[in-house]
Amino acid sequence: MAEPIIQVEGLYKSYGAVQAVRGLSFAVEEGEVFGLLGPNGAGKTSTVEILEGMRTPDGGTARVCGLDPERSGSAFKQKIGAVLQSTALPDKLKVKEAIELFANFYTNRANTDALLKRFQLEEKRDAFYNQLSGGQKQRLALAMALVNNPQVVFLDEPTAGLDPQVRREIYDIIEELKRDKKTVLITTHYIEEAERLCDRVAIVDQGRIIATGSPRELKHKSAGTTRIEVRLAKPDANGSLATLDGVADCREFEGTYVIHSSRAPQTIVALVKHLESESNELQSLEMFSPSLEDVFIELTGRRLRD
Amino acid sequence: MASSNPISNTWTLTKVRVRLAMRNRTFLFFSLAMPLGFLFFFVMVFSKGSPAWIAYILGSILTLTVMGSFWGLSVQLVMFREAGILRRFRLAPVGAGPMLASSILANYILVVPSVTIEILVCKWVLHMQSWGNLWAIFLLVTVGSAAFSAFGLIVASVTNTMQETQVINQLIWTLFLFLSGASVPLAVFPLWIQRASLFMPATYLATGLEFATTNLASPAEILTDFLALTLGVLVAFEISRQLFRWEPEAKVPGRAKLWVLVAMIPFIAFGVYENVSGKRLAQIHDNFKAIDHAPSAPTKSTDIR
Repeated sequence: MAEPIIQVEGLYKSYGAVQAVRGLSFAVEEGEVFGLLGPNGAGKTSTVEILEGMRTPDGGTARVCGLDPERSGSAFKQKIGAVLQSTALPDKLKVKEAIELFANFYTNRANTDALLKRFQLEEKRDAFYNQLSGGQKQRLALAMALVNNPQVVFLDEPTAGLDPQVRREIYDIIEELKRDKKTVLITTHYIEEAERLCDRVAIVDQGRIIATGSPRELKHKSAGTTRIEVRLAKPDANGSLATLDGVADCREFEGTYVIHSSRAPQTIVALVKHLESESNELQSLEMFSPSLEDVFIELTGRRLRD
Repeated sequence: MASSNPISNTWTLTKVRVRLAMRNRTFLFFSLAMPLGFLFFFVMVFSKGSPAWIAYILGSILTLTVMGSFWGLSVQLVMFREAGILRRFRLAPVGAGPMLASSILANYILVVPSVTIEILVCKWVLHMQSWGNLWAIFLLVTVGSAAFSAFGLIVASVTNTMQETQVINQLIWTLFLFLSGASVPLAVFPLWIQRASLFMPATYLATGLEFATTNLASPAEILTDFLALTLGVLVAFEISRQLFRWEPEAKVPGRAKLWVLVAMIPFIAFGVYENVSGKRLAQIHDNFKAIDHAPSAPTKSTDIR
């Protein structure tokens, strides 16, 4: 079997007293879309920036395309493309100029006109960077990440802060990369993004990987339960919701009871009866198929967005 | 795989930075309009109707134009760092060397047209009698622009915020402006200020350019200014390369600010030499007298001695 294109072993990174990454290990195969899924502050960006050669790890090893990102300099940078979580370009730089500028730094250059077309930036080719919308800026960032036909693409929270429609546009672009068999490492705190785009996902919390596998595998690991979220008129004082028929787990998050049930219909019937007997009322009820959010809740006791 | 070429990267970045500057109205005002405004103001106030003064004032205006490199570049670099623009460049195969060298080169390319316009205005509009020593002007503008750009890059490297950069720039700029002979002739200051000014890089640029525009110094005398500024460029560029930071959160420790003093070493050495020899101050006085008492075009320095 070929050596993984990204290999991370026991990575550590601290900022003063804060341990951002605590012994992270994972491998990504060539052509795979691999996701690091976790809440803000989980250590995703620190990890990906170590892999991009932008940060020095305190411990452990990282290799990308067989090279040490920190020590391989220009030869390494020729092989990777990246969208950073926080970055910008000069306000008065035009779209086409930005792509051409960055393409000029590489020995293997993609066709800039083709990139403008592919990322729907043709009409904006002469627009200044400060005239672009958030979505257009992100499409430009993606185009710039591909100017050197990279072997590995790092996408750090590529859709954070974008509206749902723009987010879907970015998903389409990443799916295109997937079809092109590009190796992509993506960090995200959006469940939908990880489920839709990633071949494999590592769930990261507090600097550690707490589960790894394909989205399907991970969801199976969560015992195939259905998530039922209810809000009640009066709080469930004695924790009796956890004892209802079919309930595998029940936790409260800011007034919302998140119930995992292996037999959702029976649980809902039992819930209604229980509330009647307690003179309580149902304010809202929502049901969700098993998702990576459930895996995260099961493993950490917290919601991903907390 | 072949690695990227630093020279080609420097040129690529230079072209973009020139283009960005040309799109910046503030830059155009400060680099072109303001020095011309100063030129006409100085001529009105100081020339006393003597054509000899035009050449002297041109030397001062060229100094102000070239010293402007110091101000704009440091602010731009800190702004790029704070906005996260530099970290995007860091991802690409571009080192600190090309980033800094492109700043200096772009600045030079932008200074040359301003300097040319100022010389032409003096000659054709204000009727300056001679072109001065154009070769010396060219060399001093070249090395002076590079030196002050490099000083600006050091300030950008040792300051952590835009606010801090502007405070430090303002302090240094004020010293350079008033104590170098660029705005007020050095000869009118008390002797101790004249002696202190010999330790400042701006003095070598100002006196060098004034000698060159008035044609009152021999090439050998201008060579000292050229050498001082050239040494200044080399030391300042290397220090700025060592201190260069890509990341906004990578703060520089307080002691690193002492590197600014290292950049001054060539000027401290030249300052000591010039203070001991006394030749430069004597020359400054002679030239000032020659211009102040000249009813018409001044003669060469060898002629007035």
